[in-house]
Amino acid sequence: MKDLSRREVLALGSTAAAAALFINPLTAHAETDLAKDLIKKFTGGKAATEGKIKLEMPEIAENGNTVPLSFTVESPMTKKDYVKRVIIIAGGNPRPEVATFNFSHLSGVAKASSRMRLAKTQNVIAVAELSDGSFHMAKTEVKVTIGGCGG
Amino acid sequence: MAKSKPRVKAPKKASKGDIVTIKTLISHIMETGLRKNKKTGKIIPRRIINKFQAKFEGTEIFSVDLDPAISANPFFQFSMKAEKSGEFEFIWTDDNGEVYSKKSKLTVS
Repeated sequence: MKDLSRREVLALGSTAAAAALFINPLTAHAETDLAKDLIKKFTGGKAATEGKIKLEMPEIAENGNTVPLSFTVESPMTKKDYVKRVIIIAGGNPRPEVATFNFSHLSGVAKASSRMRLAKTQNVIAVAELSDGSFHMAKTEVKVTIGGCGG
Repeated sequence: MAKSKPRVKAPKKASKGDIVTIKTLISHIMETGLRKNKKTGKIIPRRIINKFQAKFEGTEIFSVDLDPAISANPFFQFSMKAEKSGEFEFIWTDDNGEVYSKKSKLTVS
């Protein structure tokens, strides 16, 4: 491959992003179907309400190989009332499951960070299971310039 | 692949009731099992860390079930409420059955 200048790389990146945006409406359904199935499996069919959980990710990820991911769930984290599990789902990846974080009341706060791969521009979903059996979810869109799942 | 090297950044001291933050990282390729060898066209077999556990005095405080979408050199940041002095143990489990671990002491005053 010939050496690209920084300018050319940036131009390429924005074209790719624009292309991804253009394709998005077509693929969006397939994405949500996969993600929906996973959420269903996680909640056992129960509905997850929006809120209580905050998912923080960059709006634009230049490198899909390592995208920072951080979430916080509002919870007192006591023995009676704590966050059990949080699942992270990326419906646009070849395999939508990303990771499941298991907390205990000893965690103090239900907050964690990691780094994940994203194949393309998509919505990332976080679903939390609380000790009272309720489910809460959050969604955030990440625009990916270079996908991170290998060719 | 080079041998996986776990790294942990955990506080040594804390006051009772404090929420301490722990950062861990392990060098690992996290091969997804979806990539192909460009020369042979064969799929490179999956090899990831599939489980991470953080224990304090033998009790699990935090754990993660990892899937291939976690980046290479998996990094985790999480918290614990410091109630008593003791020892952390961090355990990573590889697809090939290898287990890597690291310990760290915490003194609570």
